Amino acid sequence: MITRTLTVALVGNPNTGKSTLFNALTGLRQHVGNYPGVTVEKKSGTARVGEMDLRVIDLPGTYSLAPRSPDEMVSVDLLLGHVKGEGRPDVVISLVDATNLERHLYLTTQLMDLGMPVVLAVNLVDLASKHKLVIDFPQLERKLGIPVVPIQANRGIGLEALKAAVARSAETSPGPEGVPFPEPFRHEVEALGKSLGGEVEPFLLERVLLDIGGYTEKQLAGRFGDALPTRVAEARSRLAATGCPVPAVEAKTRYAWIRQAVAGCVTRPGQRVVTWGDRLDRVFTHKVWGTLIFLVLMFAVFEAIFVFAKPLMDLIDSGRGWLADGLRANMESGPLRSLLSDGVIKGVGAVLVFLPQIMILFAVIAVLEDCGYMARAAFLMDKLMSKCGLNGKSFIPLLSSVACAVPGIMATRVIENRRDRLATILVAPLMSCSARLPLYMLLIGTFLSDPWWLPGLALFGMYMIGFVTAPLVALVLKRTLLRGETPVFVMEMPAFKVPQLRAVLRRTVDAGWAFVYRAGTLILASMVVIWALLYFPSTMSDGRSYDVVTEELREQADKASGEEKEAKDREANELYGEWKRQSALGQVGQSLEPVFRPLGWDWKIGMSALASFPAREVIVGTLGIVYNQGEVDAKEVLERGEAEGEPSAGSRLGKTIQDEWSNDPRMGKYRVPVALSLLVFFALCCQCASTLAVIRRETRSWAWPAFTFAYMTTLAYLGALVTFQVGRWIVG
Amino acid sequence: MPTLDQVIAGRPCRIESVSGPATLVQRLLELGVMAGEDVTVVNKAPLGDPIEIECALTRLSLRKSEAAHVQVTLSD
Repeated sequence: MITRTLTVALVGNPNTGKSTLFNALTGLRQHVGNYPGVTVEKKSGTARVGEMDLRVIDLPGTYSLAPRSPDEMVSVDLLLGHVKGEGRPDVVISLVDATNLERHLYLTTQLMDLGMPVVLAVNLVDLASKHKLVIDFPQLERKLGIPVVPIQANRGIGLEALKAAVARSAETSPGPEGVPFPEPFRHEVEALGKSLGGEVEPFLLERVLLDIGGYTEKQLAGRFGDALPTRVAEARSRLAATGCPVPAVEAKTRYAWIRQAVAGCVTRPGQRVVTWGDRLDRVFTHKVWGTLIFLVLMFAVFEAIFVFAKPLMDLIDSGRGWLADGLRANMESGPLRSLLSDGVIKGVGAVLVFLPQIMILFAVIAVLEDCGYMARAAFLMDKLMSKCGLNGKSFIPLLSSVACAVPGIMATRVIENRRDRLATILVAPLMSCSARLPLYMLLIGTFLSDPWWLPGLALFGMYMIGFVTAPLVALVLKRTLLRGETPVFVMEMPAFKVPQLRAVLRRTVDAGWAFVYRAGTLILASMVVIWALLYFPSTMSDGRSYDVVTEELREQADKASGEEKEAKDREANELYGEWKRQSALGQVGQSLEPVFRPLGWDWKIGMSALASFPAREVIVGTLGIVYNQGEVDAKEVLERGEAEGEPSAGSRLGKTIQDEWSNDPRMGKYRVPVALSLLVFFALCCQCASTLAVIRRETRSWAWPAFTFAYMTTLAYLGALVTFQVGRWIVG
Repeated sequence: MPTLDQVIAGRPCRIESVSGPATLVQRLLELGVMAGEDVTVVNKAPLGDPIEIECALTRLSLRKSEAAHVQVTLSD
């Protein structure tokens, strides 16, 4: 038996249940990839009908096939068979919403112009009957001239009929007739086609004429030269003179045809039925209640990322610690053991530790989007966000970035406009994330703990730095690098519905997997590089290995007790510190001291800051090593208040730093400005390989992560410089 | 002629014309916001902008600057 594979493209408006249908058709047989050069994800999967395989390609939701950007052009290119390595689909499924047929059929009529078989899948027929809409499907099929199948994607009803219709139409019809445009327009399309040597499909010729400032024109101008735009402009003015002005002629022609086709097929109730969704909408967008619900919801989102993720993150962290300890116990000390336990396991842990936050945020976003609330949130926040050149949809990504920029940046996918999305991505790392907290707590607890109100104020100030800087940078970016006309912010407010558990789970898992798969390797690599820079050279002046000797000292300390134990521990910590200070990174830190001097830092602070570039939370650990306290765990700093009696590792480190800085002839007097300058540096600097890896993944370019790193490091340096110099001047 | 951004919430109107930047006009036309259609401002955001409209069974959020390009007459 020979199985044949048909390629089927799935096209529809946003919020029509397209993902639901795609999941229902393909089940778990899905594959997510990329189209070359654009940020659009390519989702495909297989479905079976009889002896035939259907390869279903899920195209991004769109209201129209009028491409305005390379991302939107992908759909058109794919439908015309212009995507390399991808054949032309055999059939298109046009998915429409039964409750609003006319508007959805607009896209269908565009698909009918492609010259390929189109099957109409009418979704949400259950909802339509609730709205008391009666649709005569056989009649609609006759009028439209394409197969029409009523379905309920969320319940899997009508899918067999749909698949059968797809298989049938691939064999029989060469494609529907399409909507007849007025004579002058057809004439212009023909003339333009001839002038381009008959190489361009009629569909693209139509688009070139209809889409003023559209992407088709740009693409064809690249192929046929500058004469094309002039010719197109002339054609458009001729069309305007004959009563077919562009772009209005398209909507007029299509909607007139659709109305005529739908008339007699759809019976509406005299009075529009007021649904529970309408009532909900009124509440959710209400001045007082809407705002209140929004604030409560956002607080819940934020808490979910912060609080629910914590136990899971702790679990991953202790799993990592357990593995590293096991390795330590079972291997000889030396470079390999250190690479595995301090490089690889730490690196893998650093990747996995983000998963809880990413997956929780995406579950929340999937629910909010699926039920239709996302558009309401954007509606409420748009005015505020537009003041800094962004739009309402930037709010949730930026808010999430206060927990962690990595899921925040991934969440920017909801922003359609490319420049708005980029601006949001580029400023998201400025929001103070939770990884900055250990250093904030250490320094504020040590240097700014008196009077009682100062620590709270200082911490609030650290967060304010992000809240103020991010919008300002966004504004500057939108006026310079990302300048362009204000994008259209016409957004559909979809009807409320109950979110689908399956869809939510799927998006959550997809997001987590995408992060591990695409960003994980880069994060791991950067962790290993920093490990190597801190490990080598590892030979002491007497030829022995630092690694081996410190390990011996620690073992001796473990066996000893009382004063002897303390002495051995101190000796081990001192030797460990000496090792790291003479390591490659330590040497770089010392040679860069002139660079750090204007910030008030000595080379020890500088070296610790350098070591924290892959992941800022390691600063506390590195400071511990450099100041001979052993590797202090960031968690111990956060929990320092809880330890009773015995001083915790965190407060011991704080005290050591305070003593060292106070005794330093240069820093002594200015230790508070030094602490402030370090705080400001960490608030503004992009010390996070994961963030950069995710920016690279989301923008599909190395340029944007490089730019983010450069601008944030510059900003951080300047911020720290001003802070220290002003502080020094105030201290006197 | 009044424009959509000036209409109070709940007052039914009829669209007379849609003008302005080509991208905006095209997007509105695609969504069925075109001359001859009935339109109602349903709601305004807490800060007065954007506004929510209902037109041809579709609910849309429009910035006031965008709604200012939609000319309407008040229906009775």
